[in-house]
Amino acid sequence: MVKLGFSIGDLQFKNPVLTASGTFGYGSEFDDFMDVSLLGGIIVKGTTLEPREGNLYPRMAETPSGILNAVGLQNKGIDYFEKQIYPRISTYNTNVIVNINGSYIDDYVALAERINRLEKIPAIELNISCPNVKMGGMAFGTSLNSAREVTRAVRNVYSKKLIVKLSPNVTNIVEFALAVEEEGADSVSLINTLLGMSVDVRNMKPALSTITGGLSGPAIKPVAVRMVWQVAKAVRIPVIGIGGILNTDDALEFLLAGASAIQVGTASFIDPQASIKLLEGIEKFLTARGFSDIKEIVGYINK
Amino acid sequence: MAKRIESLKILENKRLNNEYFTLELSGNDTIPEMKPGQFAQVKVEGSPETFLRRPISIHDIDPQKNSFKLLIQIAGKGTETLSKLRMGDYLNIIYPLGNSFSLPKNGQKPLLAGGGCGIAPLLFMARYLNNHGFEPVILLGFRNKERIIEYEEYLDLGEVFLTTEDGSRGERGFLTDHPALKSLHYDMVYCCGPDPMMKAVASLCSERGITCEVSLENLMGCGIGACLCCVVDTVRGNLCTCTDGPVFNIKELKW
Repeated sequence: MVKLGFSIGDLQFKNPVLTASGTFGYGSEFDDFMDVSLLGGIIVKGTTLEPREGNLYPRMAETPSGILNAVGLQNKGIDYFEKQIYPRISTYNTNVIVNINGSYIDDYVALAERINRLEKIPAIELNISCPNVKMGGMAFGTSLNSAREVTRAVRNVYSKKLIVKLSPNVTNIVEFALAVEEEGADSVSLINTLLGMSVDVRNMKPALSTITGGLSGPAIKPVAVRMVWQVAKAVRIPVIGIGGILNTDDALEFLLAGASAIQVGTASFIDPQASIKLLEGIEKFLTARGFSDIKEIVGYINK
Repeated sequence: MAKRIESLKILENKRLNNEYFTLELSGNDTIPEMKPGQFAQVKVEGSPETFLRRPISIHDIDPQKNSFKLLIQIAGKGTETLSKLRMGDYLNIIYPLGNSFSLPKNGQKPLLAGGGCGIAPLLFMARYLNNHGFEPVILLGFRNKERIIEYEEYLDLGEVFLTTEDGSRGERGFLTDHPALKSLHYDMVYCCGPDPMMKAVASLCSERGITCEVSLENLMGCGIGACLCCVVDTVRGNLCTCTDGPVFNIKELKW
């Protein structure tokens, strides 16, 4: 048996395959297609203090090997999450992690305090990289000082595992990873979407109601792999790789480049079983190559 | 009904004209129970430019043959690729998705109004109404006579009226101008077609206090309520067309 587990501090994950926030709902959307509890973890939809309606339709455009989205963190807020969603999803036998967002540092702090009390949520993913909201979001993740400040403030009130989701829309992502590590992040996940834009030529107007949006899918994978490789060499905390992972080989690229785990995002839209399939694929690869523990291949290309 | 992801065999790819075709699909397993208004997310193989699945209405079902049909308009590269599939090829789909049209109350007279590709879910609905003892009035609108599709399929299922915008066949003008809409009695309208047409039918129904359900065609990402891209503005806030729809009572929509 190959050992597939990884850990963030003392928090154990049974395998390195997680699902990315905003692409997997609350997990239950996928119950018909797979046993969600087989995953290493799920990162549920970006949650805010107040309910949000998100941006106007159209919010999505198909682009070569990817999609642009501008959903804008539509969600029903933390009260609804705590009352309606939490009791349901805490029955999953996997790590359920909440992605948190805010317009101000106080929002993040208030959310972190609320979620700290939820026994079955062992970690939060601090989203300082959403490109689709007018306030907060990516603004925190593209200024070194803001990234430090929000991480520090949340760290002060949140006692469980803190993952910070980094924006690729910066000149040097390593600086940001090091900064949030120094402020007490237990892990970094990267990359969030790349800021992009698409014009609908037939109608001669922007494809998205917000004009710009976040690009995801295989189109961004090489950028993501490069950033994961750079960050993994620089930090001591585990790195979670995200960006255009469709299949086993894509996931292995990230692991070999230094990611301890990966998140499957856009792929779940096209194949709801993508995450489970590539988990099986990773195990097969390790067995075929004679590895007994997945840790042996994390950062392998640097060895 | 549980959603499935399956590769189904193409029994027939029937070209209706230069713009439309139907795919008849079957699998080894029994086709799940489906209701009119529901749709399938169809995978397009082979091109990175057609990355997402295409949402396509269930057009017709044949329980005896364990098959069902999709009616597809060639609207871009994805549907162009699908149009080239042949008998015996496999199509990967996720289905059945979304909600469905509701049945009229006993004794009510239903009217189906379909424009262009919007006729796709209405053939299945007409059959479903027949099976439940309703005989619908069926109003079909096309741009011109070359674009008329599936007209004969409807003839046994109710009283059928036809319009073309240029008058090359049937009544001239938009579907919403057809005299049948004003002269006939009906209590419940089921509508699918281009947005301006559905909005016109909806406003006519609101004025006259007639219940109306429309089937929306918003751009979709996942089809299963995970990506929140296909939203429509409703009295209950932004709802997903894929899971809360595609069928909406017009009272719900902020049109």
